[in-house]
Amino acid sequence: MKVWGRMMSKAFSRRGRIAALAATLITATAGVMGLAAAQAAGDARTPEHHHWHFAGPFGTFDRAALQRGYQIYREVCSSCHGMQYLHFRNLGEPGGPYYDEEHPNANDNPVVRAIAADTTVAGEPDDFGDPTTRPATPADAFPNPFATEGMARLANGGALPPDLSVIVSARHHGADYIRSLLIGYEEPPEDVTIRPGLYYNPYFPGGAIAMAPPLPEERVTYADDTEATTEQMANDVVEFLVWAADPHQEARKRMGFMVLIYLTLLALLFWISYKVVWRNVAH
Amino acid sequence: MSGPSTYEPKTGFTRWLDQRLPIVRLGYDSFVDFPTPKNLNYWWTFGGILMVCLVTQIVTGVVLAMHYVPHVDYAFASVQRIERDVPFGWLVQNIHSNGASMFFLAVYIHMFRGLYYGSYKPPREVLWILGCVILILMMATAFLGYVLPWGQMSFWGATVITNLFAAFDGGTGIITNWLWGGFSVGNATLNRFYSLHYLLPFILAGVIILHVWALHVVGNNNPTGVSVKSRADTVPFHPYYTVKDSFAIVLFFILFAIFVFFMPNALGHADNFIPANPLSTPAEIVPEWYLLPFYAILRAIPNKLLGVIAMFGSLLILFILPWLDTSRVRSMRYRPIARWFFVFFVICCLLLGWCGARNPDHLVFQTGVDAEGHATGFTFLMLARINTAYYFGYFLIILPLLGLIETPKARPASIDASVLGGRKVSSSGAAVQPAE
Ligand code: HEC
Ligand code: HEM
Repeated sequence: MKVWGRMMSKAFSRRGRIAALAATLITATAGVMGLAAAQAAGDARTPEHHHWHFAGPFGTFDRAALQRGYQIYREVCSSCHGMQYLHFRNLGEPGGPYYDEEHPNANDNPVVRAIAADTTVAGEPDDFGDPTTRPATPADAFPNPFATEGMARLANGGALPPDLSVIVSARHHGADYIRSLLIGYEEPPEDVTIRPGLYYNPYFPGGAIAMAPPLPEERVTYADDTEATTEQMANDVVEFLVWAADPHQEARKRMGFMVLIYLTLLALLFWISYKVVWRNVAH
Repeated sequence: MSGPSTYEPKTGFTRWLDQRLPIVRLGYDSFVDFPTPKNLNYWWTFGGILMVCLVTQIVTGVVLAMHYVPHVDYAFASVQRIERDVPFGWLVQNIHSNGASMFFLAVYIHMFRGLYYGSYKPPREVLWILGCVILILMMATAFLGYVLPWGQMSFWGATVITNLFAAFDGGTGIITNWLWGGFSVGNATLNRFYSLHYLLPFILAGVIILHVWALHVVGNNNPTGVSVKSRADTVPFHPYYTVKDSFAIVLFFILFAIFVFFMPNALGHADNFIPANPLSTPAEIVPEWYLLPFYAILRAIPNKLLGVIAMFGSLLILFILPWLDTSRVRSMRYRPIARWFFVFFVICCLLLGWCGARNPDHLVFQTGVDAEGHATGFTFLMLARINTAYYFGYFLIILPLLGLIETPKARPASIDASVLGGRKVSSSGAAVQPAE
């Protein structure tokens, strides 16, 4: 009680008020974030924490990793998962895997054009009203592997492979969760029976996932000769998915620093003005 | 406090205008010459911060509305488009979504300030009640806004909250169908929520004008709670408080910017990045953090109708607070017992928020195991019930009784005297002048 009393009178004394204000803001923030973390769902194993170089206020993406990650998505995941909010041009926009200063307009970027042209998308119906196809352009969205949800479920034993555009934001523990999921397939424990067509993965809620382990060793041959271990591929594709979910992340952090520097200087200026204006008033 | 105006038009034009529409005079009397107690601390800067929050929400909201598509098939995609393709759309969107949280953070601090310093007591009852109206409008606006991105939490949150009103129609669905514009939460619901989300902030702005008007009639309270007695107690609002408020606003913006630029999704729920799906109920349906305490009160009561009444009651009780608190001493600085109950009240609100975020059946701590080997102990439901009881007890029992039995400490004779360190002029004991 005594300690509390002292804290209280300090908190409301004139000297302690700034400290108290700051403390309130910080506790409120921390409390709120604790709540968000506490919401993480029940029975699945907690994802392994990985040190991501794009995490944190100074983190940036590694272009080579983004390119490898896109290669994994395209050669492996895209046969089951769409990314409907991404367009080929995004790959060549500032911050993207294939951004090239010589082609600030991604529609002119030859790599992006080639990647797009390699994909076939539905075209306008022809003069007889019959469906046609054409090579994609940078303006096209990534195509969906399945025409309807029913076909997607039919091909996947009744399960629906979710769209991956914002999957990192849509899961608790984001990047860590997806990485753990991709490398975390195991033999089921003895007391667990897994129905045929499902696979045991302790990170997946419920433990039985309809996605076969998508990244066996050497699943792809990397264009840059990196060794394609399961973990390497998982790290790369997750980095790509993180970029895809939030493509302006680097620009956002860069602007954040400018804003914080500006606001700090402004605060200093107001603090000095405050001291000057009030210097003759007892308060 | 709204004494004679001291404004003197200086130019021909302002003289001409002043005789036709004295709007410059109004601004001058309200924000330049307005006599303000000279001992206000930083807790008093949150009113100005709230004004900035409102303007921020309206400006960013209007820009978002230029790109948002209120249709169940396109709403989620249009928000993605804003974040990805609209130039600086990510910035505007992050400011608006985090701005709502900042707004509530500020309003809760602003209200706790009022509770601690007795700002709801005469002559500020109407000012306080207008504040309560503002709080309810803010909650409605934020709830409606959260539905617009049409993610899983949007959809299921809307379903849960609108279904609360089913408690009042005896299960006939008359009220819910009317609210939804159909037989479930659907496109008609999304459209009307969008319309109302755009409307309410302007009503809010109107009520805030009344709130500030009421403030300028009775004048600011202050940390001593002692009424302003002479000019020596006050300073003109400008430049003294314009500069202090500006400093506080910039500090607040620093916190705001940390969220917007470095952890824009920290306050949101992952499930709202999954497009709404009426066929799949999420594992947990939780509202945004600033509504959690009220959600906890709702779930603390086993009966649905009573739960809904308790939840709305927890807000409505604030309206009659000026008549529940029987103490004539405003500031809890001079109320040695009440300030402790106040501290517990703040803790109680935080605990209720915690309960609102957790499954009511989960354990806060374990005390043993039952016959089948399941852990037993103190559940979040129990914690929520205790705190709900304290929440209402604070207003209905503690404040009414305490005013009658507590012996307040000596108050300074005036603000000026308190600033100069001269104390204990009004002798201790309950012999107090009308409210101070
Ligand atoms: C053969 C088809 C197939 C391939 C290839 C595939 N997936 Fe999946 N994926 C699925 C299916 C089916 C599900 C749904 C699983 C379920 O609900 O049980 C799924 C689910 C997921 C999930 C969501 C898990 C959750 O929490 O709901 C992620 C993330 C994911 N896949 C990532 C990937 C990545 C990354 C790749 C490429 C490396 C990939 N998948 C390749 C079929 C596939
Ligand atoms: C949109 C939200 C709000 C805005 C913009 C706002 C604005 C303001 C401003 C500018 C002041 C004067 C400066 C100050 O004393 O901090 C003020 C004072 C006040 N507000 Fe608010 N307010 C809001 C919400 C509320 C709410 C929800 C309540 C409580 C129910 C409330 C209660 C009060 C009281 C009692 C005062 C007088 C305080 C005093 O001088 O002691 N306000 N408000």
